[in-house]
Amino acid sequence: EIDPSSSQLQGSSLAAITATSQITSKIGSQENDIHLLIAGYSSDSEAVNKAKEIPQVSKIYVVPPNETSEKLFKYGVAEWLAPCIQQLHEKYKFSHIVAGASTFGKNVMPRVAAGLQVSQVSDVTGVEASDVFIRPIYAGNALSKVKCTDPVKVLTVRSTAFEKAVLKEAQQLPVEELSFTPDTNASKCVSWLSEEVSQSERPDLTSARVVISGGRGLKNAENFKILEALADKLGAAIGASRAAVDAGFCPNEMQVGQTGKAVAPELYIAVGISGAIQHLAGMKDSKVIVAINKDPDAPIFQVADYGLVADLFEAVPEMTKLLDQNAKTAVHS
Amino acid sequence: MKVLVTVKRVVDYAVKVRVKPDGSGVDLSNTKMSMNPFCEIAVEEAVRLKEAKVASEVIVASIGPSQSSEQIRTALAMGADRGIHVEVEKELPPLVISRALKSIVLKEKPSLVILGKQAIDDDCNQTGQMLAQFLDWPQGTFASKVKVVGEKLQVTREVDRGLETLELRLPAVVTCDLRLNEPRYATLPNIMKAKKKPIEKLGLKDLNCEPSYGLQTLSIFEPPKRQGGNKVESVAELIEKLRNEAKVI
Repeated sequence: EIDPSSSQLQGSSLAAITATSQITSKIGSQENDIHLLIAGYSSDSEAVNKAKEIPQVSKIYVVPPNETSEKLFKYGVAEWLAPCIQQLHEKYKFSHIVAGASTFGKNVMPRVAAGLQVSQVSDVTGVEASDVFIRPIYAGNALSKVKCTDPVKVLTVRSTAFEKAVLKEAQQLPVEELSFTPDTNASKCVSWLSEEVSQSERPDLTSARVVISGGRGLKNAENFKILEALADKLGAAIGASRAAVDAGFCPNEMQVGQTGKAVAPELYIAVGISGAIQHLAGMKDSKVIVAINKDPDAPIFQVADYGLVADLFEAVPEMTKLLDQNAKTAVHS
Repeated sequence: MKVLVTVKRVVDYAVKVRVKPDGSGVDLSNTKMSMNPFCEIAVEEAVRLKEAKVASEVIVASIGPSQSSEQIRTALAMGADRGIHVEVEKELPPLVISRALKSIVLKEKPSLVILGKQAIDDDCNQTGQMLAQFLDWPQGTFASKVKVVGEKLQVTREVDRGLETLELRLPAVVTCDLRLNEPRYATLPNIMKAKKKPIEKLGLKDLNCEPSYGLQTLSIFEPPKRQGGNKVESVAELIEKLRNEAKVI
């Protein structure tokens, strides 16, 4: 998956590469190459050049766009991508077809699996063998170990469970160009109209080192500003609980949780978040969790490494101020 | 136009499930069961289309154990017109469920199928997409807004980047995200009325659908417990600990 505005490889895809290389290492001596499909970009595009920097990849398939297909491929429209992946599979017979469990992968991959008449394993968080996977169920309250006996394993991979593949110097890789236009009813019945993307200078929520999330305790959209000052200090991304998004305090793409984004930063600061099961499912793999809440019984404290029972409207500005002072002291000393 | 909406009986969203010690599954005895929350949103959307006179009939289908008829009744009380219950004993994977739904669609010929984007038990998020593939229909997944414009459907989708709008020519499949609508509570008169609405009972065989699939659950186990619960007394202590103990700032 490529970000259509920046041509950068999405972190979810880089995590999927790592998961895939864990799978291939377990296949053993057989053919175990990792091939990458990039649809909607030409062979000499920045996206393809970037992909050559992924050391685990040994071949790239490119579907160059035409006027009709460019947006449909770039925005990952399933009715176009799924038959494209299917056709590629029919030619090369892959053992596994893998995508990140982003909204892109979740949208496209079940269509691929159904097209190939096989099951899909969603949200893989662990690879036990080339055909045995771990995945969370019941909002992460249980883990399921599943064996997939289908001739091709179709998987989506949870990006917080795997390190992102580290880009290195570009390799000389075989790039195969394919021209593809689907000949299905579904592909003729879909058109991409528009998107609303909020522009932010902050790091991406799913790859930020520090995430500060706000909940219903912030009371309104305006109050999210107090998180911004703290986020500036820590170079953090800002997230939100489902309650805050439902209440209209912030847009949906900020939601952290089972039905929003899964994050696992080094430091997660939950501010005014009670800690519903479905929120915990999206952040409990964070390395260090801080909770600031005035309710001492809030379930968030049970998973927090450092809990502070306090009024967030006092504690957050104080934290920002103290970090500010400390920074100044550090400069002076 | 006819609208088909699907509902799944799942553990109530407020219940924290317990994993059985022998690894065979989760303990569902004496557990409160409800309609999957995303399915409630699907039913609500279908009923609203009927109230707006866009839909002529709303059919609700569920594939599950005999008690799933309770969730079908709930959907009927919310305003659906009639039910189809495919009784199965075992939990089936989305691949089989979507094949069975395809047979229902071919029989009922709805112009629109609305499903929840995922069930909160297996969290698969696959059925709507697989159904759309089997029917060769377009799909609008994770919908937060749906608008019927003549023979077309404009679907606004919640995606990682923000919101995206697709236009689909009907018939089509839509899966609901959280913010599509707020489902209503069924009123007592409507609950009474729902008791008289018909529910057709079917088996998988009636739908020419065999439960064969390539997934085998080896074990269900508890996730590693997180050691939390430590408290700090002040913001100053918090910052000190984050800096010198956790070393994350």
